[in-house]
Amino acid sequence: MVDTQRTLLLGNLAAVEGAIYAGMRFYAGYPITPSTEVAEGCSRELPKIGGRFIQMEDEISSIGAVVGASVSGMKAMTATSGPGFSLMQENIGYAYITETPCVVINVQRGGPSTGLPTKVSQSDTMQARWGPHGDYTAIVVAPSTVGDTVTETIRAFNLSERFRTPVVVLMDEIIGHQRELISLPKPGEHQVINRVKATVPPEEFQPFRLTANGVSPMAAYGEGYRTISTGLTHDPMGFTTNEPKEIKVKLDKLRNKIMDFRSEITKLRVEMMDDAEIAFVSYGSVSRAVLLAVALARSAGVKVGLVQLYTVWPFPDNKLRDYCQKCHKIIVPELNMGQIVHEIRRVMPPDTEIHSLQRYDGEILTPMQILEKLEEVM
Amino acid sequence: MATVEKTKSVEKQKSDVVLNYFRPRKKLPTVWCAGCGNGIVMSALIRAIDKLGYSKDEVAMVSGIGCTSRMPIYLDFSALHTTHGRALAFATGIKFAKPHMKVIVITGDGDCLAIGGNHFIHACRRNIDITAILINNHIYGMTGGQGSPTTPSGSISTTTPYGNVEKNFDPCKLAEAAGASFVARGTVYHTPQLEKAITKALDHNGFSLVEVISNCHTYYGRLNRRGDAVSMLNAFKENSVTTAKAKKLSPEEMEGKFLIGTLHEDDRTEFCDEYQKVVDAHMGEK
Ligand SMILES: Cc1ncc(C[n+]2csc(CCOP(=O)(O)OP(=O)(O)O)c2C)c(N)n1
Ligand code: SF4
Ligand SMILES: [Mg+2]
Repeated sequence: MVDTQRTLLLGNLAAVEGAIYAGMRFYAGYPITPSTEVAEGCSRELPKIGGRFIQMEDEISSIGAVVGASVSGMKAMTATSGPGFSLMQENIGYAYITETPCVVINVQRGGPSTGLPTKVSQSDTMQARWGPHGDYTAIVVAPSTVGDTVTETIRAFNLSERFRTPVVVLMDEIIGHQRELISLPKPGEHQVINRVKATVPPEEFQPFRLTANGVSPMAAYGEGYRTISTGLTHDPMGFTTNEPKEIKVKLDKLRNKIMDFRSEITKLRVEMMDDAEIAFVSYGSVSRAVLLAVALARSAGVKVGLVQLYTVWPFPDNKLRDYCQKCHKIIVPELNMGQIVHEIRRVMPPDTEIHSLQRYDGEILTPMQILEKLEEVM
Repeated sequence: MATVEKTKSVEKQKSDVVLNYFRPRKKLPTVWCAGCGNGIVMSALIRAIDKLGYSKDEVAMVSGIGCTSRMPIYLDFSALHTTHGRALAFATGIKFAKPHMKVIVITGDGDCLAIGGNHFIHACRRNIDITAILINNHIYGMTGGQGSPTTPSGSISTTTPYGNVEKNFDPCKLAEAAGASFVARGTVYHTPQLEKAITKALDHNGFSLVEVISNCHTYYGRLNRRGDAVSMLNAFKENSVTTAKAKKLSPEEMEGKFLIGTLHEDDRTEFCDEYQKVVDAHMGEK
């Protein structure tokens, strides 16, 4: 690990720093551009702190090993990009239904298929929410700078431990491959959350018991509880069920344990919104260009602001509505054919004009393009 | 009379051992058809674990999807019933995270060799200390009798209605070639030998495979006119040859027969042990 707190760090390595800070000691992954430096960083750093790194035979097994490590009591993660993220989906679904905490970093590149290995994209925005088949609710966070990557990765682990669920960190090629001078957090600077462990006697323990907050305490393998995890829909004991009532209880639990605490999970950055008449809503690296464009427009007297989503999912319906209350126009710049814009349309009053600004040719949206769009809609 | 009594009480003792390992609060019966070989393998496995004196807490049992893969649900160990074909990947995570645990994978021929084939050869290659019990019933039981990578050429399944035109895998040869350090084959007919093979495999440090030739009389048996469970078991008895006996047989005499017993054993280094050396060498470095 780097010995000074102030350091020039690659975005992908910032994810490693954040993860280790949060207590991650197990990494399983398969190399893929533009995420590979996460694996390389983990292979270098984890042995030094008694952790474990394994390069698996593919992404399916990577997330499988991560779940195996997590049920054994370790904080575990994997990192990938487009094609690998697609391969992981079945086992991410397994982590949802078995309520296994883990973190999946997706450093987005262009697609579909092999697409654009070295070029930026945000076209997995919807996949990060809806990737695995079936009903569940996802938590997805998104940094926009190298510094953010450290804190958002820590937050991802905290959320995953707190809610017993996989959390996706949606990065992109720009953030992953950018070097920025940042200060690494000191011990104690950020809270680190650990899963609630089982305390009742084994014969009373129910690994999926419905609790007041929906999150069941967890017992690690080898600690006397001998629990069962299955991808089949199950009752509070973990026993498979076909009972309509029990099925509904389980699926409601997967949703409610997150949605009932949505305000605790959602995180937004709000810039110059107090008197804004036009708002930009964005997430990830695009937000940086937007921020510059907003500052330029402000200096020309345009009342415009930015709402940046650090939590992409669950979508911050109420908070966004509140911040954009006075805005009659919203511009949604995205590096895709328009994905998160649909959520903003869903949430905002019907008389709000919503404009989608799209770029999907592998290049970034520049502040000039963002300003042009602003002029066009003004 | 006395001997009959004695056998009975030994039998009772034996089955009591098995009952000690059922998962409390889990309702029985199992999902398995009456006479399915899965139950025989389960009981041999329990006896092996019992003989080795493992505590229930140090065992993790991992499986994929299939009739076979339901086994861990019924047993009183930490159980991870995973996705189809991926058990070895999840098991790798458990073993690597907690190397002191005894990690056992229960898998079917489709689970292990079709969808999970890649994980299988790589688990062998790493020689990670996991014991895989592969119940080979030559068919996809759970989904109703489709062809699998071990369905013999010419055999009928619901997806090879005119006879299988494909060649089948020999999982033991595959495992040995890929680097597994212990490989054995047994059948559900030869239960004491099976128990011994599983005991050896569990006791071995490194990746161990026990292939168990088993009966899916419901699908493979019915579709291929092999009779009921009992006649399938009898066929396993007829067609199997121990490794010792095979040495004395000519290739012609071995025609149509398969080997049972320990097929391969070596002392290659184990994955978790090797990684621990890396940790020991670099621990505390900046
Ligand atoms: C990804 C995926 N594909 C297909 C299936 C359907 N499926 C369930 S079990 C099975 C085959 C199991 O065969 P085998 O491993 O031989 O186990 P057996 O039932 O014979 O014990 C299949 C294809 C599935 N569950 N998941
Ligand atoms: S279908 Fe075949 S493999 Fe499945 S339980 Fe019945 S006999 Fe066993
Ligand atoms: Mg089978």
